[in-house]
Amino acid sequence: MDARVKLVFTLVFLVCLNLTPSAAWPAYILFLALVISAALAAHLSPGLLLKRSLIALPFMLAALPLVFTGPAPTIILHLGKQELLFSITGLERFISIAIKMWLSVLTAVILGAATRFSALSNALLQLKAPRLLVTVITLMWRYLFVIIEEVTRMQRARSSRSASVPGRHRGGGSVWWRARVTGGMAGSLFLRALERSDRVYASMLSRGYSGDLPAGYVYPIPKSQKRLLLPGILVLFLIFVIGFLSGG
Amino acid sequence: MKGEYFMPVSPLFAPQPMHIPDGFLSVLVSIVFWVISAVVIVIALRKTRQTLAERQVPLMGILAAAIFAGQMLNFSVTGGTSGHLLGAAIAVILLGPWAAVLVMVSVVSVQALLFQDGGILALGANIFNMAIVGVFISYAVYSLSNRLFKNKTWGIFVSGFAAAWSSILIASLVCALELALSGTSPANIALPAMGGIHAIIGIGEGLITVGALAFIFATRKDLLKIGEAKASGSKGLVAGGLGLAALLAVLSPLASSHPDGLEWVAEQTGFLETAKDALYNIIPDYTMPGISNAAVATIAAGLVGVIIVFVIAYGVARAEKRLPVPEEAKK
Repeated sequence: MDARVKLVFTLVFLVCLNLTPSAAWPAYILFLALVISAALAAHLSPGLLLKRSLIALPFMLAALPLVFTGPAPTIILHLGKQELLFSITGLERFISIAIKMWLSVLTAVILGAATRFSALSNALLQLKAPRLLVTVITLMWRYLFVIIEEVTRMQRARSSRSASVPGRHRGGGSVWWRARVTGGMAGSLFLRALERSDRVYASMLSRGYSGDLPAGYVYPIPKSQKRLLLPGILVLFLIFVIGFLSGG
Repeated sequence: MKGEYFMPVSPLFAPQPMHIPDGFLSVLVSIVFWVISAVVIVIALRKTRQTLAERQVPLMGILAAAIFAGQMLNFSVTGGTSGHLLGAAIAVILLGPWAAVLVMVSVVSVQALLFQDGGILALGANIFNMAIVGVFISYAVYSLSNRLFKNKTWGIFVSGFAAAWSSILIASLVCALELALSGTSPANIALPAMGGIHAIIGIGEGLITVGALAFIFATRKDLLKIGEAKASGSKGLVAGGLGLAALLAVLSPLASSHPDGLEWVAEQTGFLETAKDALYNIIPDYTMPGISNAAVATIAAGLVGVIIVFVIAYGVARAEKRLPVPEEAKK
């Protein structure tokens, strides 16, 4: 599928999903069905999807207070001398946020895993994202893994030089010492990046770089996919309406 | 090749609770921050195109990659917690504010689009927190503090620490405010919790930044000099950044000391339930303007104030050209 179509669908999907009020369970199930069918169509393994969709989990802590600060009806829990107000509506909102977040992350995982980066950056350009920004992002992506390898090597070097006592997870000296070592690593990483960028620029120039990266050939969106756009958006909107009517 | 790297990289970002995932912000809040971020990005693009040579393009790209990878660097503090680098301050010191905005925007966007660290709809807000607030707070604090120390050698390090620490703290406060505005997390809990955690995380950031500055100072002193020359530029930005910091400093205790944050959430949800058929209720924050609740009014006024300060700061900084329609908003 054309990356532009995917990008548009992802955005519409996210907007519809996030507009859906809390506790709209039927709509959530329909959204989930869409996500699963997209994952199946993209031939993605469920294990990979699940693993990578858990990344945002720690953030759920931020919504946790809702359970105890939500509106009445509340159930009073006694924890020793402390009284906790446990709100059903708050819990519903909490679960809804968790579901929405999980579905959104799944969508993003599918988009990221089923689209080549070059297709994605081209799609961004054609959807009128600023060229300079896309160029910077493209260059960043190109060298990201090289630099991640460099960081991995640095970390290996650090851990092989700072021995740790068995049973303690950290090696080396005091906190300050560790901070300074890590700072030195960061500093040398940035210096190496600067020097690398000089070399990269020189080689780009030698290949005829004139301020813009050569853009790939722009294929028009196939007609069959163009026809899909409107019904697809309508379906998403319909699910949102269902959610709006059924939610609390 | 991709698959091998994704796995080891992504969990390492988990300990920094600053990338808001989708589902946490109401659509209105998301869109408002997309528009603000888009305007700032367009200005930043203009500015960098005016001041930087084309050789800076690969420099920005590779430095963005280095900051992304540099976020993997950590050192253990005590019992499982660790110090991390976010990198806004160091980007400002090496590149100056506008290029740093673009670099951080690239970092945050790639994290959202390809590593699912932070939502796509929430990307506008995440860009605002980390790439705009983070950068301009560091810039304001760094250049002001440097001036205070009359460019003494140790002043660079003190300023670097202060810039790094305050950028993390303020960004986290803005993040908490966004969550509170969306009705996801009550202000009186979110603000102190986020602020408290990030006041500690910020120390790690500050220490690594100082270490990095010390290393660069020892090896390539000239780079820091360039940063200073850039930093002595527009006063409007410094004023804007400091104004924002001051506003938040006043706003946060105000907002968090009010117990009414709870009531506000209650009011919102109750409102949603009773008046489901009215279409504008799909946006919970529509309740904002006519609200009688003092705490909410404070937060709203604060946010509007922050936005106004920003607009004025950019107006002063740019003066001449009109703003084009933000292209980013259409995405």
